[in-house]
Amino acid sequence: MLNTGALKLTLSGDREVVFTRQFDAPRQLVWDAMTKPELLKRWLFGPPGWSMEVCEMDMRVGGKYRWVWRGPDGVEMGMGGVHHEIVPPAKIVNTQLFDQDWTGGEAVGTLTLTEQNGKTLLTNTVRYATPEARDAVLKTPMEQGMAMGYDRLEQLLAATK
Amino acid sequence: MSPTARLDAAFAALADPTRRAILARLATGQASVTDLAKPFSMSQPAISKHLKVLERAGLISRGRDAQRRPCRINPKPLAEANGWLEKYRRLWEENFQRLDDLLEEMKAVQKKQSPAKR
Repeated sequence: MLNTGALKLTLSGDREVVFTRQFDAPRQLVWDAMTKPELLKRWLFGPPGWSMEVCEMDMRVGGKYRWVWRGPDGVEMGMGGVHHEIVPPAKIVNTQLFDQDWTGGEAVGTLTLTEQNGKTLLTNTVRYATPEARDAVLKTPMEQGMAMGYDRLEQLLAATK
Repeated sequence: MSPTARLDAAFAALADPTRRAILARLATGQASVTDLAKPFSMSQPAISKHLKVLERAGLISRGRDAQRRPCRINPKPLAEANGWLEKYRRLWEENFQRLDDLLEEMKAVQKKQSPAKR
């Protein structure tokens, strides 16, 4: 498949998406950047032109997290879930549900971080409720879900080609 | 099939590693079921099953020659499915590139705080 950049994206089975990406930093730093709200807000903007407005993380098993992004027109998109498994700085299993529920039910995410020679390999597997939900997500950033910034996103993508 | 249904079928077809490998093989030229069964060390019926899924998704087409029915790749639907994946991938990659920058900054801070370490 077309994986020209650093991030590899593959489909697995009929309802999973698997991301793998290497970071040039020790695992503890990557863990911090992915679990501390003040740090998450600095990089997880969503689509171009969006920003992360709310980031609440209760990093305990059974603890909730809540993320809200704001788009160029002031439109908000929120998601959240519950942490089912937390093994710092190596693994997080949580549920994921967008407010608009355009993924047709809760998805389950499994994030693992492994370190080798000071570099960290991130593997993120998201298992959607149904095959349709998985396919909807792949098409969604350009269609409805993050949708609201659609035209802008399209222009930006065209400009970066 | 509607374009959306076809794209869904393409995503489903691409999710299987054997089918992706078959497509990679067909990208180098057409092949018969027998040709394909060999390198994958799979039975011909098993390969045929995968080919049917690929064919239904419009990712390959098969020749009329009753004996060989050579398979060839259909570049357009494959490019379309890859296009969606690539857009999704790029969206995440942009976020991860910001994370790269943040990590550089965090490494620098860490170094300053404990210059003796590392």
